[in-house]
Amino acid sequence: MTKLQTLPAASDSSSGKDGKSPRRRESPGSLAFSRSARIKGLVKHAILIIVGGVMIYPLLWMVVSSLRPNDLIFREPGLWLESLEMSNYTDGWSALTHPFGHYMINSAVVVLGSILGNLISCSMAAYAFARLQFSGKKIFFGIMLLTIMLPFHVVIVPQYILFSQIGWVNTFWPLIVPKLLATDAFFVFLMVQFIRGIPKDLDEAARIDGAGHPRIFLRVILPLMVPALATTTIFTFIWTWNDFFGALIYLTDPDMFTVPVALRAFVDSQSATSWGSLFAMSIVSLLPVFLVFLFGQRFLIKGIATTGIK
Amino acid sequence: MSAIGELSTMTRRKGPMSKEEKKANGRDNKAAYVFLLPWLVGLVAITVGPMLMSLYLSFTDYNLLQPPEWVGLDNFVRMFGDARLHNSLRVTFTYVLVGVPLQLGVALLIALVLDKGLRGLPFYRSIFYLPSLLGGSVAVAILWKQIFGTTGLVNQVLAMVGIEGPGWISDPNTALGSIILLHVWTFGSPMIIFLAGLRQIPVMYYEAAKVDGATTLQQFWRITLPMLSPIIFFNLVLQIIGSFQSFTQAFIVSGGNGGPSDSTMFFTLYLYQKGFGQFDMGYASAMAWFLLVIIGVFTAINFIASKYWVFYDD
Repeated sequence: MTKLQTLPAASDSSSGKDGKSPRRRESPGSLAFSRSARIKGLVKHAILIIVGGVMIYPLLWMVVSSLRPNDLIFREPGLWLESLEMSNYTDGWSALTHPFGHYMINSAVVVLGSILGNLISCSMAAYAFARLQFSGKKIFFGIMLLTIMLPFHVVIVPQYILFSQIGWVNTFWPLIVPKLLATDAFFVFLMVQFIRGIPKDLDEAARIDGAGHPRIFLRVILPLMVPALATTTIFTFIWTWNDFFGALIYLTDPDMFTVPVALRAFVDSQSATSWGSLFAMSIVSLLPVFLVFLFGQRFLIKGIATTGIK
Repeated sequence: MSAIGELSTMTRRKGPMSKEEKKANGRDNKAAYVFLLPWLVGLVAITVGPMLMSLYLSFTDYNLLQPPEWVGLDNFVRMFGDARLHNSLRVTFTYVLVGVPLQLGVALLIALVLDKGLRGLPFYRSIFYLPSLLGGSVAVAILWKQIFGTTGLVNQVLAMVGIEGPGWISDPNTALGSIILLHVWTFGSPMIIFLAGLRQIPVMYYEAAKVDGATTLQQFWRITLPMLSPIIFFNLVLQIIGSFQSFTQAFIVSGGNGGPSDSTMFFTLYLYQKGFGQFDMGYASAMAWFLLVIIGVFTAINFIASKYWVFYDD
């Protein structure tokens, strides 16, 4: 898989080389220059460390606080721990109608369905837009780009009516079926961009060998667009795992709660004394996203840089 | 090219189809529509159909139980006299007009500091990027609720230097500010787009400027900013569209009611209350279309204004 990275669309060639020769000409002041450059570098690092520290501190503090006795959360702004208090986690895990694992499984089901849906439907649409000629292509492509910017709220009321009439409220279908129908147009666009970077000669060669479009798509294009599929998988994971609005509207039965709505129920029910367990479950809910971030960062950053998605 | 870049070139280039395109036209129709089928069904059933339906519903009185009753422009007239709606507009506009420029400003500033092969760049980039992945979650909204509470982390830190902070989220004057700060906190993703944009600027421009004796500041104003303007524009359009739809943070921090005294009652929150709290679906649909028009107007203004400040190097 790592080899595939370098094949198509790897256009971000490092532009560092093409500007070296006419540079170091200020020989009399070069000593002073390098010293001021070093000071500048130090200042930069200082700024970055301070800003980064302030940004990350609340997260670290939440992790530490989740391991503290409750009363300390409102008294202790520091990060040192005197003892590990695991009771917040055990209390939080069983604070709601179901153990917290139940909600995580619900979330996992929705996430898996959404990932599968996005991978299949978006890659198919992207293949058509990137490689096939058909009437209405330009208009459809324009519409597809516009739907990226369409506010969700404009369609939510009738969508809710539609799904409630077919009895899908309190099922996962309203959250998964739209993904099976490529409504996350972001990913269609991301994949179109990627397929455009794959040399057309490869398709031509396959066509000469007698392959039709399904075959070219499955055997030539899909294997080459693994990086784009990985980016889609990771973003779908994070967005679906965090999705609150959809779940809030469609899932009202505690049996069906996903993690975000379960956490919300927890906030609403909690008394002033259970912040520790609330924090603990918040950490648990962030953990999968953090892990994905840790291992999938490369794809995330490339994905944002090429399409500008959130 | 970005989605927005692509859209604007599509509208700029209105010439007739090239010969090649004409000849190829219709060749793969069948295969193409098979590949597009899921997307087409989604477009009709999940996007355009519901859009038209909500347009119709916005002229009706509908509570899910009785069939919709045509009321003409009543819902829109009601919106004119709805003081809470006006307030929600003010809250949302404040959030967008303060939050977006602030977030993009910080993103650009940090991107500029990070650029130019700084040591440890991947590490810093990760640190700054992480919050934008977590920022949309309920968990972080919960954290925010504690941090900016009366005895929360911020006030604990302030107390150490002898300042008694207000109850940030329980005070109507500061509650919205706390949520705006959460938005600024997620500057990581536009920052990464800025970083990618900065890489695209040819080094020779700076070298030529240096030879001519341009200062760092002059280089920023005359090279970096114009060359980066398409990316700034792109970020601006996307962030404005996204911020108008912001919901989760205000909902969780205010406990779902947009309080204290409606100071965090976002337009989307009010829409949710009308539609899914009171099942006033007609009114909620009218509000949704109003939101679409607002976002459309803002985006149009953005595109028109872009002619005066966005520089395309082509």
